[in-house]
Amino acid sequence: MYGLGIVRGLGVTLKHFIDSYVDDFRWLGKRYTSREAFNVRQGVKGRGVFTVQYPEERLDIPERFRYIPFLLYEEGPNGEQVDRCTSCGICAKVCPPQCIWIERTNDPKTGRPIPAPKAFFIDIDICMNCGYCAEYCPFDAIKMDHDFEIASYDRTTRHIWNKDKLSKPVSYHAQIHPTDYAAEEAARAADEAKKAAKKAGAAKKAEESV
Amino acid sequence: MTELTASPQGAATTAPDLTLDAHFPDAVQKDTRPGYSGYLVNADKLVEVATAIRDEMGYDYLSSVTGVDYMNDGKMEVVYHAYRTSGGPALALKVQTPRDNAVVPSLVSVYPGADFQEREAWDLLGIRFAGHPYLKRILMWEGFAGHPLRKDWREPYYEEDHKPFDTRWPGGDFHRSEENNPFGTNVQYPPDFSVDGWVPEAEDAIYAGAGALKESGNGHELKTDKLVVNLGPQHPSTHGVFRMVVSLNGETIDHLEPVMGYLHRNHEKIGERNTYLQNMPYTDRLDYICSMSNNHGYALAVEQLQKAKVPERAEYIRVLMVELTRICNHMWAIGFLLNDLGAFFTPALYAIKERELILDLFEATAGSRMMCNYMRFGGVYRDLPEKFKDGDTIDFLRELVNERLPRAIDDLDTYLTNNEIIRSRCIGVGVLPPDKAIAYSTAGPVLRASGVPYDVRRADPYSIYNRFDFDVAVRYNGDVYDRYLIRLDEMRQSVRICQQVVRDLPTIGGDIMSGKLQYQVRVPASEAYGRVENPKGELGYYVVSNGKANPWRYHIRAPSFINLTVLGELCKGHKVADVVGILGSIDIVLGETDR
Ligand code: SF4
Ligand code: SF4
Repeated sequence: MYGLGIVRGLGVTLKHFIDSYVDDFRWLGKRYTSREAFNVRQGVKGRGVFTVQYPEERLDIPERFRYIPFLLYEEGPNGEQVDRCTSCGICAKVCPPQCIWIERTNDPKTGRPIPAPKAFFIDIDICMNCGYCAEYCPFDAIKMDHDFEIASYDRTTRHIWNKDKLSKPVSYHAQIHPTDYAAEEAARAADEAKKAAKKAGAAKKAEESV
Repeated sequence: MTELTASPQGAATTAPDLTLDAHFPDAVQKDTRPGYSGYLVNADKLVEVATAIRDEMGYDYLSSVTGVDYMNDGKMEVVYHAYRTSGGPALALKVQTPRDNAVVPSLVSVYPGADFQEREAWDLLGIRFAGHPYLKRILMWEGFAGHPLRKDWREPYYEEDHKPFDTRWPGGDFHRSEENNPFGTNVQYPPDFSVDGWVPEAEDAIYAGAGALKESGNGHELKTDKLVVNLGPQHPSTHGVFRMVVSLNGETIDHLEPVMGYLHRNHEKIGERNTYLQNMPYTDRLDYICSMSNNHGYALAVEQLQKAKVPERAEYIRVLMVELTRICNHMWAIGFLLNDLGAFFTPALYAIKERELILDLFEATAGSRMMCNYMRFGGVYRDLPEKFKDGDTIDFLRELVNERLPRAIDDLDTYLTNNEIIRSRCIGVGVLPPDKAIAYSTAGPVLRASGVPYDVRRADPYSIYNRFDFDVAVRYNGDVYDRYLIRLDEMRQSVRICQQVVRDLPTIGGDIMSGKLQYQVRVPASEAYGRVENPKGELGYYVVSNGKANPWRYHIRAPSFINLTVLGELCKGHKVADVVGILGSIDIVLGETDR
């Protein structure tokens, strides 16, 4: 019968229509307030619409999500900031759009480079959020952030981030990247244990030879 | 599903004919440069040789045409990759010509699919193709100075020939590149060019080509004028900035001229400044709906150069990601085809609903929903996360590929396939016969909907596709409706592949990267052509290395771009309202078309 195809198709529309209201009944008014309801709605078994009422509702940000990078500092005992970055320059070299600028510190007396950056800029308009800087930094000193709400009123002055603006404590990294952080710490501990063992072995050898 | 062929394309193992130089002793030599393959052909014999390989040796499909600037030898080289549609590896032909007067005969008469690609090579490299019917710039505008892919051409914001740039470290003297260029000097014009006096001749040419008026014959007919209409550059049906100059006789299309390049950023020049690794995230931005499969093609090309091995588990993950991408893309293509036909957004939103879950998975695995930057040379960036959405990732995947996606595809099928309006808008519209589909070098769903069962995954298998059980979808009418149906078929096949991957994935352990994590990738001087069956068609990367840290040549065979070659032909004789449907059924993305 002519028109049957359309009617069948409208059946699918009706199904979608009903599915989008099932949640309202199932969660009795809590649809937009209960986190559990939200997760079911967003999950692989969710039947209704996936729409997220941003900014009231937010999706969980997965750990590997990458946005503009940040620099890590350790918090010293007196609250001072110790940069992890050694200004080795690898991130600046690997960065595809070349949006990282690093000024290396030189010892004022000898003129030799010191492993700490004097200045560090990222032009976040150019950054393509590729994540290479974090991936290839050998010192875990730069990581990708989760904070994507960075709109501002002036691109010429506000979008060039300097070291102050880029720096965040290690604890923040541990909080947003729990798995990665644990793995890094484990690797570091293993490394140190290895070194200590080597040292102990060397000391023992030295002792024996005495 | 009678339209599906069950058997893989047989001739996949046929080696390229190795006697071409014997056939044409004075016109053809083997390319003996180390790391190179194929044949060098004398320019004056090119058309003859091309006709012979097409008619006598079965290389009926010219996949890619591009040029390379061997500046140090004072030569330009045009590189052709031809294939048999029955399957098998490439036959590469190369023609050399002096750099300062680069002329090569055009192959448009033998392979009409060379049309846009030759125009591109003229535009970007300054190689003239003698006998080309319409040798105009295609991506740049006519007032543009120089040919940007020539090695001695420099852009207005030029810093250095190769990244990394020296100013970034250890000096760190930060500046924005705009500051180097006081207002007005960031554009280059040809030496004898005046902006104020410029008359856009190229535009005239477009309209002249479009509007050649036909006399109405005996004078008894009603006198009508032809009407030239610009569809685009800002037009919702073009899915981006793309223009079609249509000349109409009443409502019927007489001539259609695609105009593109509005989104051109000279991806290839950027790519030649970049290091090998730095190109990976740029490939995401080609066909931005399919970043995973773009990554795959590029990784394959560089792995060919490096002779790198990819661990088993990484291969499986790659295939999973790429096939999920195909499903996303086809959902998107179908949804927006319906938009173009006038069914605003309900079908599109139903179609891209499932895409949400897939993008969530990409985000959790690769770190980004669309700009995945996921593959590395010799593997992938990270393994799949163990947990995803409050459960095990593998459970999520099982539910997704075994239950959810098949159901969604069936839903879409019920929803649209038998809809009488869609049928009457699509059946018999924009018919592309198989011989034309091959001649015009169309690829992907467009080619297969015309009855040519050519799929790179089967015809010239790469990665681990020969381990999976799937059919090459094919439809025979070559109209808009078949190009819609074939996308449903292909999604079903992709789901099949995904099901096999998900079944096997838990049993496959091991690394996801071979070798050490390296940011300075070096490869021996050689060439490689890596190609994959992208959702939109064959995506090829032609990469030439000179042994340094940056590719000497980095070319992309973009399926969206080459599929457009046939658009004018397809639209001829149809009503103007069908143009949007026909364009939608080709499924282009301007990020890739314009590069
Ligand atoms: S952030 Fe890392 S890679 Fe970049 S300079 Fe500092 S230590 Fe080197
Ligand atoms: S994320 Fe990529 S583009 Fe951005 S600073 Fe890091 S390396 Fe550069």
